[in-house]
Amino acid sequence: MTPSSGALSDYAARLGDDSLILGQRLSEWCGHAPALEVDLSVANLALDLIGQAQHFLGYAAELRGQGEDADGLAFHRDVLEFKNCLLVEQPNGDYARTIARQFLFSTYQELYLDRLSRSVDPTLAGIAQKAVKEVAYHATFAREWVVRLGDGTDESRRRMAEGLDWMWRFVDELFVVDALEEGLVANGVAVDRARLRQPWDASVSAAFAQATLDPPKPHRAVLGGRTGRHSEHLGHLLAEMQSVPRAHPGASW
Amino acid sequence: MSKEWPLWEVFIRARNGLSHKHVGSVHAADSRMALENARDTYTRRLEGVSLWVVPSSQIVASDPGEAAALFEPAEDKIYRHPTFYTVPDHIKHI
Repeated sequence: MTPSSGALSDYAARLGDDSLILGQRLSEWCGHAPALEVDLSVANLALDLIGQAQHFLGYAAELRGQGEDADGLAFHRDVLEFKNCLLVEQPNGDYARTIARQFLFSTYQELYLDRLSRSVDPTLAGIAQKAVKEVAYHATFAREWVVRLGDGTDESRRRMAEGLDWMWRFVDELFVVDALEEGLVANGVAVDRARLRQPWDASVSAAFAQATLDPPKPHRAVLGGRTGRHSEHLGHLLAEMQSVPRAHPGASW
Repeated sequence: MSKEWPLWEVFIRARNGLSHKHVGSVHAADSRMALENARDTYTRRLEGVSLWVVPSSQIVASDPGEAAALFEPAEDKIYRHPTFYTVPDHIKHI
């Protein structure tokens, strides 16, 4: 059975929202990173993610068939319409907390895009094939920072552990398959996220061991991003991200 | 903080067949970070296919005070330049 274009559009928008919101968050480091080189590295990750968002949201808009484009979805939706996972909207905190978020997300996203690159939907597969190379770098970059900070000084170790502890409650949501995705998984369009949990756990545990860090203590999972129930932080992020296109609709450079 | 990170010299091979060329330097705490910083700083526009990073402290430099003794004796030996030969058109990168 072919999926309805509504379901497919919602699915593509989720993937786009994850990348867009994390890209916007990382952009906040621009000019504030601990070193010039780190500033460039983090901005590079942000640009990769925003590029992915452009593709996923562009596809979502095309499927909606209402004459919108990626920018329309990015800049003219309100907070309840965003379906990103809660992890990516969490504030940057210090650099270690940003790295914790990046490590947990990029490790998941690399596994996810690798599977999505074999989707029966050729557009999604094409976007994933391009993006998975970028994200493989993100995952390596973040893992090395986890090891560097975890196995570093007393202070860097403490900050790394605190960052992971803060972000840990948002991990479970990455692996929850809901009704929308169940249908898309069944016909080979979407990735079965639940099956990524085991390889993700293995990969993350190996990095913790290398960083000489104990895994964070279990937290009660916080869910809701996929249904538009977000933390208060997303509204603030959108207010900043959307302010210019909303003040000057249709403006171009 | 960046002041505490050692300096690394960055070399890029622009294409297969060419040699690595010095392009600049980055600060980094370790060799992996140096490679990544070099990648993110110097290869954003498809500048290369291979990167080297070398701790700047490992570079042994000639003494500018000895420049006269080192380099000036070559000035009047123009016969060492290959300008007396015709390079065939199909030979690149010379």
